[in-house]
Amino acid sequence: MSVIKAENIRFVYGAGTAFEKTALENVSFEIDQGEFVGIIGHTGSGKSTLVQLLNGLLKPTDGRICLNDKDIWEKPKKIRNVRFKVGMVFQYPEYQLFEETVYKDIAFGPKNMGLEDEELDKKVREAARFAGLREDQLESSPFELSGGEKRRAAIAGVIAMDPDVLILDEPTAGLDPLGREALLSQINDYHKVRKNTVMLVSHSMEDIAKLTDRLLVMSKGRLIMLDTTEKVFARGEELEKIGLKVPQITKIMMLLRERGISVDTSALTVEKGFSEIVNLLSGINR
Amino acid sequence: MVRDMTLGQYLPGNSFVHRLDARSKILLLIAYIVFLFLCRNFVSLLIMTLFSFLIIFLTRISFLKYLKSLRLVLVVIIITGIMNIFYGSGEVLWQWWIFTVTKGGLINAAFVVVRISLLMMISSVLTYTTSPTDLTDALECLMKPLTIFHIKVHEIAMMMTIALRFIPVLLDETDKIMNAQKSRGADMENGSPIRRVKALIPVLIPLFVSAFRRAGDLATAMECRCYNGGKNRTRMKVLHFSLRDLAASLSSLLIFSAIIISNIMFSNVI
Repeated sequence: MSVIKAENIRFVYGAGTAFEKTALENVSFEIDQGEFVGIIGHTGSGKSTLVQLLNGLLKPTDGRICLNDKDIWEKPKKIRNVRFKVGMVFQYPEYQLFEETVYKDIAFGPKNMGLEDEELDKKVREAARFAGLREDQLESSPFELSGGEKRRAAIAGVIAMDPDVLILDEPTAGLDPLGREALLSQINDYHKVRKNTVMLVSHSMEDIAKLTDRLLVMSKGRLIMLDTTEKVFARGEELEKIGLKVPQITKIMMLLRERGISVDTSALTVEKGFSEIVNLLSGINR
Repeated sequence: MVRDMTLGQYLPGNSFVHRLDARSKILLLIAYIVFLFLCRNFVSLLIMTLFSFLIIFLTRISFLKYLKSLRLVLVVIIITGIMNIFYGSGEVLWQWWIFTVTKGGLINAAFVVVRISLLMMISSVLTYTTSPTDLTDALECLMKPLTIFHIKVHEIAMMMTIALRFIPVLLDETDKIMNAQKSRGADMENGSPIRRVKALIPVLIPLFVSAFRRAGDLATAMECRCYNGGKNRTRMKVLHFSLRDLAASLSSLLIFSAIIISNIMFSNVI
């Protein structure tokens, strides 16, 4: 059963004013429970608008968005419940921290849901663990943490609401390579353990290739591809035409293929590419 | 969307008024206000009104925009208008309980309403046709004589420029933070006033933090470029007093003299 379904969404900014601008046009897709979906697209392709529509921060001009087969705008007064179910981690989420302690900040979301005492405490500690925060950091001020730790705290604040769908908009932007790796593997662990649906917006094709099962490709406000990650990256030339890239290792494979060497261009990770080339070389030696 | 808001009230254009030097616009506005309050009979007021409509016409900005600027002070206009009707002297026209309407009161009310409306509309001409940077540059130039009192005019102008520059940035930031907190279930639209004020805390604290961070970054960036305000600084855009400004000043002078003359020639009612 699909968790999130978008039906012919159109979204116009500033409708009815001189600044009218169509951000999304005729976007439809379905995402199943437990999928790890990536969203890629050039800057200004409508990715951010799309994710904001999914958790009810924006209302589609036309079309419907369904969460568990129910239109999220059926009862506009209850839109808060949709936001609890579709957790949204914005770009640079560390700028939203405000409480005196990390613990209180993580508890902000679940508290708004009406959780109290033991249940609240359990959610907060669990979320902190998933995000890779130490127990002793929970009592310190969020403003004393390092940049990477702040981001973990902010992500924990969303995870603590235990959403059905977790959307992350460029969660690794501005982190150092080690921090990136750690954060991504934590997100992956979270996905594996909770079996939740995760949507990841990213400009790093390597990250996308490593984590996601399926990909939404946006260009100029339209959904132009929706397929498994391998199949999308197999259409490398098309992606390059709209200003996107394929993972570097896939690019190498494509270049080898161009030179007449018959390699499988669907290798998305360095490990796969490595074994592909090893196979090829051992074949030549034989 | 907060993002769609234009910076200040400036409406870019290329009209005669737009191209006037910001300094002359400020000085002429001050003179205009003085003479607006010097109008003492209906002929003067009529001259001033016609002159105002001419200026508004010359800006090539829709009259609706000016009416919108009036909307902000509509309550003030209505209240002062009504108060003036009852607090006049002279021939009694109508009386009921403690309310007395006099001829003097009616005239006072008419003058007050016209004056405030014109004042608002012509002040809007300045903000509609002058970009905020030109405006602060002009203010800096006009306040320069104050340096002899050891007032740091350049620094004040710089602060104004920076403040104006950061309005859209901070609006954008507010938008983002509000979205982030709403995503965590912050409810800013419903509840009692106290609850709604409390709901602002999760927005205001990150906003302050980010404003201070940006201020620090900007200060560092300015120091890295050896910024040293005040003396000997040249500008990229130099303000020019042109023939156009001369024409505007002379015609204003003409109108203002006409007002003095009409004040002398006709009997004054106020």
